[in-house]
Amino acid sequence: MTQALPQGKLYESQKLALWYFWVALALFGAQVLFGLLAAWQYLDPNFLYGKLNFMTNRMLHINAMIVWLLLGFMGSVYWFLPMELGREVVGIRLARFAFVTLIAAVGIVVLVYLLVQYGPGNAFTLWFITEGREYIEAPRWADFGIVAVMVIFLYNVVATALKAQRITGVAAVLMFDLVALAGLYMAGMQYTPNVSMDQYFWWWVVHLWVEATWEVLVGSIMAMALMHLLGTPRRIVETWLYLEVALVFGTGILGLGHHYFWIGTPEYWLGLGGFFSALEPIPLVAMVVHAVYDAGVHRMQTVNQPALFWAIAQAFGNFIGAGVWGFMQTLPQINLYSHGTQLAAAHGHLAFFGAYVTAILTVIYMALHQVRRPDLPRFDSKLWKWAFVLMVIGIFGMSAAMTIAGFTQTMVERAIGGSTWQAYMDAQQHPWFQNGMVWRFVFGVFFLVSYLVLLWDLVTIGRGEAKVAKEVGAHD
Amino acid sequence: MEIGWIETTIGALFATVVLTLWLSRGSGWLEPRFWRNAAVVSSLIMTGILVYLTIDSLNQIREGSARVPAYTVINKAIGLKRDYEKRRDIPVIGEEVGFFGKVWSEQEAYALVNKGKMTLQSRNCMDCHTLLGNGAYFAPDLTRAWLDPKWESMVKGMTGKATKEEAMAEWLQHPDRYPTFVRRMPNLGLSEEEAKALVAFLKWMSAIDTNGFPDRFAGVE
Repeated sequence: MTQALPQGKLYESQKLALWYFWVALALFGAQVLFGLLAAWQYLDPNFLYGKLNFMTNRMLHINAMIVWLLLGFMGSVYWFLPMELGREVVGIRLARFAFVTLIAAVGIVVLVYLLVQYGPGNAFTLWFITEGREYIEAPRWADFGIVAVMVIFLYNVVATALKAQRITGVAAVLMFDLVALAGLYMAGMQYTPNVSMDQYFWWWVVHLWVEATWEVLVGSIMAMALMHLLGTPRRIVETWLYLEVALVFGTGILGLGHHYFWIGTPEYWLGLGGFFSALEPIPLVAMVVHAVYDAGVHRMQTVNQPALFWAIAQAFGNFIGAGVWGFMQTLPQINLYSHGTQLAAAHGHLAFFGAYVTAILTVIYMALHQVRRPDLPRFDSKLWKWAFVLMVIGIFGMSAAMTIAGFTQTMVERAIGGSTWQAYMDAQQHPWFQNGMVWRFVFGVFFLVSYLVLLWDLVTIGRGEAKVAKEVGAHD
Repeated sequence: MEIGWIETTIGALFATVVLTLWLSRGSGWLEPRFWRNAAVVSSLIMTGILVYLTIDSLNQIREGSARVPAYTVINKAIGLKRDYEKRRDIPVIGEEVGFFGKVWSEQEAYALVNKGKMTLQSRNCMDCHTLLGNGAYFAPDLTRAWLDPKWESMVKGMTGKATKEEAMAEWLQHPDRYPTFVRRMPNLGLSEEEAKALVAFLKWMSAIDTNGFPDRFAGVE
């Protein structure tokens, strides 16, 4: 806070961060929309059949998520970095260029996904339409673009630290992590007919990228957020961050083994993956302790209540979604039956929301405070609590519904039916499964409503409400 | 090569703790320096082990290895058998039966399976189906699809084809014409060549040793 510019002034990098945030929020909306379409197709399989198939909706659902979270992370770093290092980010024009390129590329990819959807079985399709590998469907040309944008991002962080002649612990962790972030993505940029080999490296992106490097990235972002939000001393925040990195990488790198149970890989992965992934929730518990302790020490006194609430939701959401729901199915003895069912979807929904969405919303609220009313002693609105509560209920409702559907699949399809086509159909038609899908859709609609409330709050908060104006009067 | 997971686990944790303590001697466990060392040490050790195990794993899952069969396996009969000692199902490769009425050479088999994988990716199969349990859950798992009883019991009759591979290829080209469930697969415009290649890929995949996943597929005795 001490390095902040004069009140009402923003670094160029922070102005850019706002662009990242608004585009991220728009893509968040697209994610919810395509998710709802896909959810509805579970209930009415003939809906848009042959025109906009489930596979396309789902691809857009998960790709929109990846891109908006990445944009949110980059925005968050561009927001905090100049304050962290006490100077403007170097290469701001390059950053703007990367942003515009990324948005243009995303636009083209989405149009191709929607209008072309799929192509013939040859390399052209993989280069220019889709790679067809869940989560990394982006065509090859776009992969190179993503890596280039990541490298520019990394360059900006490193160059800024060098120019500032100051490398804080948080900045050091960030740089270390961004190298891994750009590098690991490349593990997914290859083609092989060998499906075991394919999935081996696919998980380097889907697990090591998302579960390890993203966790550490979000840890650095939350560390910077906490220093500004609660004024937690740097020494404490950095110690926690190091501890978190030690535990996340210490457990998560070999925790990758829980994805190597059934893809053809050797048996030792059953033991290694089971053991290390059972340890994976530990750093998440540590974070909950940290957040509760910090908030308690400060008696929840902060200038920015919505940001504090989302920060605490981050700690709990990460622990429950990634930790508890992940642990439920991580041991090989259970995973043999639960693998590839709606249980995995339930875990995915809770974990991505709890770990990443909440973190980005924390930073967005902090940024809006700075942008709109840095003079306000309390940044507040009537609506944010509604958005917060509705959204948490929405995501928990969806995940609970999918958990029940997943248990049904685990029992009926896997344990009893022997996983055949017929067993799959039996499970899908089971009333517990079908009810689960109905409630998933209902809570999905609920989530859409909460998204709209959130968006409205983000657009309006801190903007000339009578109540706010009165409070400001005393401080102007 | 046999790698013991318990030894690896204990070794990794022990090395991490000892090295961290040794590097951090002189500072208390609540100081930033201690945890900075722990972070660096654990990342390096775990990455090192991952790299080592990756080299070993890649050797074991190379096509033509004991776990992942050569592409010419499409010429053979494939089945599943319960291994009662290990308590899991393992694929059994039987005698030569041909595929689409011929025996495919090594190059031909590779080209066919390769085309099948390209087709699979180009039609985005993983955003509805799962392969080896990974993917989306809107449609059945394809790990052992070749061994699914439904091809014989239903699809062969529907399509009027004489062999399982012909029935599968026909079905894949017109899934909308042969409804099997309220949720139908859309017609993704597969050519005959692509459909055949896809069947080859599925047949080859069904012979991979997946450590027993999915358990007791189709009620393996």
